[in-house]
Amino acid sequence: MSQVPPLFKREFVGYFRSPVAYVFLVVFLLASVGLSFFVGQFFRANQASLDRYFLFYPWLFLFLIPAAGMRLWSEEKRSGTVELLFTLPVTTLEAVIGKFLAGWAFLTLAILLSFPMVVTVAYLGHPDWGVIATSYLGSILMAGAYLGVCSLTSALTKNQVISFVLSVLVCVILLFLGWSVFSPALNSVFPVWVVDALANFSFITHFDAFIKGIIDPKDVMFFLSLIVFTLFLNVVALER
Amino acid sequence: MIEVKGLVKTYGQKRAVDGVSFTVRRGDILGFLGPNGAGKSTTMKMITGFLRPDAGTATVDGVDVTVDPVAVKRKLGYLPENSPVYPEMTVTEFLAFIAEIRGFRGEARQKQVERAIGLTHLEPVRRQTLETLSKGYKQRVGFAQALLHDPSALVLDEPTDGLDPNQKNEVRTLIKGMAAQKAVILSTHILEEVEAICNRVIIISLGRVVADETPAQLQARQPGARLDEIFRTLTRSDR
Repeated sequence: MSQVPPLFKREFVGYFRSPVAYVFLVVFLLASVGLSFFVGQFFRANQASLDRYFLFYPWLFLFLIPAAGMRLWSEEKRSGTVELLFTLPVTTLEAVIGKFLAGWAFLTLAILLSFPMVVTVAYLGHPDWGVIATSYLGSILMAGAYLGVCSLTSALTKNQVISFVLSVLVCVILLFLGWSVFSPALNSVFPVWVVDALANFSFITHFDAFIKGIIDPKDVMFFLSLIVFTLFLNVVALER
Repeated sequence: MIEVKGLVKTYGQKRAVDGVSFTVRRGDILGFLGPNGAGKSTTMKMITGFLRPDAGTATVDGVDVTVDPVAVKRKLGYLPENSPVYPEMTVTEFLAFIAEIRGFRGEARQKQVERAIGLTHLEPVRRQTLETLSKGYKQRVGFAQALLHDPSALVLDEPTDGLDPNQKNEVRTLIKGMAAQKAVILSTHILEEVEAICNRVIIISLGRVVADETPAQLQARQPGARLDEIFRTLTRSDR
């Protein structure tokens, strides 16, 4: 694992060497704040809480994280640098972990840059700091799970567009399984216990607890095991 | 130094490399020739551990690439075809990254980067990003990257491809200059290159070795004929 730090550093700094990072950060912050102001009626709620801000994260991540993650491996494959990388003394696992952690750190940075929202509610009232902390923790974990999926799909193709579409598709499935609007439709086809079991695989089901201020080890484990599972498949896909 | 034993690689129905064997000793510059698609690059990719062979193996300094690929990668310097690099990095940043991966930290890293830049004459462009470099400079960056850790064995896939005559000459001088302590394999399409710098030639055709000898012996096959005629005769079946 000694090779992870240089790989991490190259990848993380790489985000800022191109305009990708800046465009992503600006779009992410504008969209997340915009959604909570205009769709979530942030001010009309008249509460010093960020639940109307975090509520939209699973939907925003659905498009933005595949956009940030689609290049992870596709780009290396298309430009041929994958040959350079894998003739350097690194194992596939080290490369996968280094790249993933760099992407995750970048997304964490994006999420934490929403701190003016925290300042705003602190200025306007007396927010529950515990809930804000768990919301951030949940968001970061969920971002990791999304990114795991994207890293995997990006290792399957050298075409970034295919990589993007595939990861959105997989994430949509993982999202809809637990969306309340969708469950009646599932209920009409499957028995209730199947629908409940499926809902256990949804991002929303596990994320909801965090924005209510609850850290359930089950939810933490869900996100972490999804990360481990996708990265394992990622290694398999690259060594194929 | 480099020992290749019965390498086989099949893509679907096509057998790209079909039992290629040879050895390269320290001080050898081996010219690896063959028509496009004969299996040169595939063989090199298997030696460097990028592709896993379907059968056979390659050892570098006694280390088997199918057993411990990372150890082989540590020993080898490899210039892939077209010298792929990360376009948004500067020359110095890129070489510093390679040095770090190669296990050099702090001052030692700095020293290796400077040495590689000096050897390949990259001084004038060291602060430029790689995407802004001309083909010749890019190729030299690929070289610098392969030489950075002073490897005892070098694998170069078409090192002079796309360079102008002056640059070609410079690259050949560079290879010749350091060959005494190293084992070098270089693939090429250019037959004069073989005459100019190689002390051994291997010609492969349809994934098989059809000639493995010195340039003089190759010439002796058809005295008076030009090398490209001999090459054409040997690779006749590959069309």
